[in-house]
Amino acid sequence: MRLPTFAHRLRATIALAALLLPFADAHAGKTLEQIRQRAQLVCGVSTGVIGFSSTDSQGNWSGLDVDVCRAIAAAVLGNAGKIKYVPLTSQQRFTALQSGDVDVLLNNATWTLTRDASLGLHFTTVTYYDGQGFLVPKRLKISSARQLKNAEICVQSGTTTEKNLNDYFRMQGIKIKPVVFEKLETALKAFFSGRCQAYTTDASALAFIRSKEAPKPDDYAVLPELISKEPLGPVVRRGDDEWFAIVKWVVFALIEAEEYGITQANLEQMKASTDPVVQRLLGSAEDSGKPLGLDREWAARALKTAGNYGEIFERNVGDGSPRKLPRGLNAQWNKGGLMYAPPIR
Amino acid sequence: MNSRRWQGFAAQAVLAAGLLLLLWLLLDTTAANLHERGIRSGFGFLREPAGFAIGESLLPFDSADSVLWALVVGLINTLRVALPAVVVSTLLGTFIGLGRLSPNLLLRGLCKAYVEALRNVPLLLQLLAWYFVVTDLLPAASAALEIMPHVFLSKSGLFMPWFGGGGACLDLPVRGEMTISGGASLTPEFLALLLGLSLYTAAYVAETVRAGILAVPRGQSEAALALGLSRVQSFRLVLLPQALRSIIPPLTNQHLSLAKNASLAVAIGYPDLVSVANTTLNQTGRAAECIALIMVVYLVLSLLTAWFSVWLERRTGHWAERS
Repeated sequence: MRLPTFAHRLRATIALAALLLPFADAHAGKTLEQIRQRAQLVCGVSTGVIGFSSTDSQGNWSGLDVDVCRAIAAAVLGNAGKIKYVPLTSQQRFTALQSGDVDVLLNNATWTLTRDASLGLHFTTVTYYDGQGFLVPKRLKISSARQLKNAEICVQSGTTTEKNLNDYFRMQGIKIKPVVFEKLETALKAFFSGRCQAYTTDASALAFIRSKEAPKPDDYAVLPELISKEPLGPVVRRGDDEWFAIVKWVVFALIEAEEYGITQANLEQMKASTDPVVQRLLGSAEDSGKPLGLDREWAARALKTAGNYGEIFERNVGDGSPRKLPRGLNAQWNKGGLMYAPPIR
Repeated sequence: MNSRRWQGFAAQAVLAAGLLLLLWLLLDTTAANLHERGIRSGFGFLREPAGFAIGESLLPFDSADSVLWALVVGLINTLRVALPAVVVSTLLGTFIGLGRLSPNLLLRGLCKAYVEALRNVPLLLQLLAWYFVVTDLLPAASAALEIMPHVFLSKSGLFMPWFGGGGACLDLPVRGEMTISGGASLTPEFLALLLGLSLYTAAYVAETVRAGILAVPRGQSEAALALGLSRVQSFRLVLLPQALRSIIPPLTNQHLSLAKNASLAVAIGYPDLVSVANTTLNQTGRAAECIALIMVVYLVLSLLTAWFSVWLERRTGHWAERS
């Protein structure tokens, strides 16, 4: 009795093929509509970078990236509670965004040409200006990265870090040996056990690693050189210009609010401000939400939920946090930094 | 009869056609989706300069070399650890398997304990444990142990003299301020991976060997002894050839898993194929292509091993018939 088997097989094959077909355009359609329909914003975050996105013992997410995600959700949904955080590794993150698993990616991804131009995604704007640095044991008596000749350098894989490392030392004419680990914990363990003469990653993380992860923080020093530019910010899928604009302008609203002194606390008083810029931002005069396809309260809700950019910074990575990072490049443009929001009008 | 054969053939042909159609649909849909979302695809990136360094390699590698060459270097690194591990695990496993059949109670117990301990702890944990034992216990490179003249052991690995670039004279390792330079070196990542893979796989090999020998009917060795062969002779000439026929197929499975387990290298910082492909994936963003490449390479590796095993089976088959 061969024929029935054969017929079964054929039927199974056709069924399988039919199952695969709908995937052809499962993700067409507008991101904003989808978010509103499911009444939930899906943010792709890191698997745990304290200060940017990490969970506490109860599983609550916090961090600079998480606050930006909450601000976006408040602006488009009006309810910050409806957020799903999807933790993604550096290897998974772009694929998850491309395939529509997340609406926006806030995962410490560095804005580079290759990523922006060839991966089917758009970097919106910068929420943190970082740079790559080195942590070394003091006993090696190194005061500059140029002294790392022949050194073995521990690094976590799946980042722009490996390429910067190579570019920098190539320019200096210095040979080094990278030791590449998949997981942060293993890389740190290997470095602190003395396997490598230096550890390299974004400077925002180095000071924190030195104070929190080192067995004796005083035995380690961060070298002065920053060998790369690492602008980090939210990323969206290509093909939806409206959503791209919304994410970008929510961030600008947070930055603009700091410049004009609008905080989480004084938000209600500021609504009565006579400053036209503040009025436009908070929707008390012109409707700045309309061009974005949002209501006039969009920025006010974002600010009420997360606070302005300066507050978000202080709370997560600045003085109000264990990282205690200086504002540096991330200060407002009129205070010597690079944070500059285009006019909201 | 004839029509039944014909039906069978037709069923298989239709199934094959269906599978091909499915594969084509999958590839076509993927390509269309990638295109629709503005994601560049294709394998052109393989010819671009890699732009990253690889910590250790048998082949010369420079960051200006192509991505393809970087992947080849990664593959050679995988083989560099997998092949010695196959040899070590087979030898060690055979001894332990025989030990489990020993009349000596202590030896038998030790071998059983080895097998149970090693095969019941996940390999990843074992690798991490070996790696941190190696890096924690050894001194820093600047205070390296000189175990023999010009042979240094430290957290940076094992350094020994090797034939220098000129080929004429020996290249001696020298203890520098930062680390040791010159000579040939085996890194702690390589040593931990080799050790971990070999010891873990040996436990499975031991069970395979034990099962193979027990599968030979007891009468065979009794007959051999009755014919006046010594214990060693009866093992070598009668038991082993028959046992090998049932040992080799499962042994091949162990060697196959060993090659695939070598991809855990990425956890302890050894630049194997998967580690290099991971880095490439992140620099270029070509996820589908990189994963497909890894899959094809492992498939080819596994098929080659399987063919080698078939060849070996035939050979041992002949051997058994001849003896």
